[in-house]
Amino acid sequence: MSFQLSDESKKQIEEIFKRYPHKRAATLPILHVIQKEHGYIPEEAEPFVAELVEEPPVKIREVILFYTMFQTKPIGKYHFQVCHTVSCWLRGAKEIIEHLENRLNIKSGETSDDQKFTITEVECLGACEIAPMMQLNDDYIGPLTREKIDEILEKLQ
Amino acid sequence: MAETQGILMPLIQSECQILKNYRDRGGYEAAKKALSMTPDEVIQEVQASNLRGLGGAGFPTGRKWAFVPKNSPKPVYLVVNCDESEPGTFKDKYIITKATHALIEGIIIASYAIGAHTAYIYIRGEYVRQAEVLEQAIQEAYDNGILGKKVLGKDYALDVYVHRGAGAYICGEETALLESLEGKKGWPRMKPPFPAIEGLFRCPTIVNNVETLSYVPFIIKNGARWFAEMGTERSGGMRLYCVSGHVNKPGVYELPVTTTLREIIYEHAGGVPGNKKIKAVVPGGSSSPPLRPEELDVPAEFDALMKLGTMAGSGGIIVMDEDTCLLEILTVTTHFYHHESCGQCTPCREGTGWMDKILHRMLHGEGRIEDVDHLEEIANGIMGNTICPLGDAAAMPVLGYLKRFREEFESHALYKKCFDGEFAELKAAS
Repeated sequence: MSFQLSDESKKQIEEIFKRYPHKRAATLPILHVIQKEHGYIPEEAEPFVAELVEEPPVKIREVILFYTMFQTKPIGKYHFQVCHTVSCWLRGAKEIIEHLENRLNIKSGETSDDQKFTITEVECLGACEIAPMMQLNDDYIGPLTREKIDEILEKLQ
Repeated sequence: MAETQGILMPLIQSECQILKNYRDRGGYEAAKKALSMTPDEVIQEVQASNLRGLGGAGFPTGRKWAFVPKNSPKPVYLVVNCDESEPGTFKDKYIITKATHALIEGIIIASYAIGAHTAYIYIRGEYVRQAEVLEQAIQEAYDNGILGKKVLGKDYALDVYVHRGAGAYICGEETALLESLEGKKGWPRMKPPFPAIEGLFRCPTIVNNVETLSYVPFIIKNGARWFAEMGTERSGGMRLYCVSGHVNKPGVYELPVTTTLREIIYEHAGGVPGNKKIKAVVPGGSSSPPLRPEELDVPAEFDALMKLGTMAGSGGIIVMDEDTCLLEILTVTTHFYHHESCGQCTPCREGTGWMDKILHRMLHGEGRIEDVDHLEEIANGIMGNTICPLGDAAAMPVLGYLKRFREEFESHALYKKCFDGEFAELKAAS
């Protein structure tokens, strides 16, 4: 098995197991640790996690595919997750997504060739008071305007 | 957020993710008081306050707690639902980042009342920064003897852990949440058994929303009557209303549950931009059927809104001005529930997809008049025929928009444009 984890991640996993009476409950937290280190969940991680939580690998894959936050392939360094649900829609999410697509020259769901940017349209992120909004990696940003998008892109280019 | 009135809002505004700030405002005195009462006395007090589940279901909190079997040989768990995913809802985010210690105090009191020594806070995965604040506050509580082997120096042990979800609306449903917490995909369970009897790890479990628990310390501190008197006969206190969409001041407003939608929108959220008229208002998260502008003098409260055939739900009020295309909004809404359907029950898995397709077709100008009836048929086929309430949540907006704004959809099907008032005359003349 070629899958490797840093000592720091391994230590975190040890701590995670202490919180639960059953090993399987550690599945999601472990997947978060792996994604944090690798940027996505490599396929080789499935048997690795399976062994840790003492479940068949298929149960791990099932979990990875069920939850939208787990990535199964590498994504851009900057992940623009733009909300397109009701409240953001009412305040112009569509225009924001179009503007971002035009500026980055990729469509929603795609990653730029230099692996720098990914755009994903996502469902409600629980921040309708700053609609239209997006999550850029771990941070919530809004209300968005075309100008604000331009400003952000300038900083990231 | 200009309001300084209220119970939780003053805490949110004074940064009560920091222990000192919370202590300066009398923090953790209620937990001390509760720990000197018997668990039954605590439950009775919460029951008498008419506190109801503010995640959206509105179930009486004290009554839920009383379902936990006494002297259970299995461990009892408290699970805090911070999955906050119903579109239009964003209040719990303010509590976990700004009134964090009120939540922790509520967790202590609830855990003590139901006999739990372990509590898990299930927080939606996207709340990354928010989870960091929460973890910090919990650590601060441990470091100050508020959590751990001797809670506030008393002979009671409690551990609190944060568990992050990973992107799935369905995990806000309590049994899906429990499955997810156990490390599985979030497929809801059949009820009964209810979680209070067989929940997390097949042990008695109470699942409560963040906001619900955060009011508990103040009920214990000020008494059940104080809280009950702010509300109606069956719903106590205040709640955090989330106002979004076409309003001048979108945000969270803490108000008595007797406040009307019109007051919330015009007196607190600043009215509609450009002084436009309102076309529709969703009163309690996107699954609640919308109301017409002439219906807004209703208290934004569980029973009053139920009488109008809609729901107070999560307190997520979404305002739409007169220029809004309701076909677009119902399409976006239905797309959400289709995307989030877990796929377990056929009526929801297939039905949400069919509705999504029909609505998209109508939106692209290829609608047919029979589509309107088809949508209704499909929604009725989902309603009540699924394991969990997501099916109903998907069907209710479709039925609700068609009930109150049918002409909008007929207009799109017949004339490929929004209803402009003339259509009614045309229809009457034909």
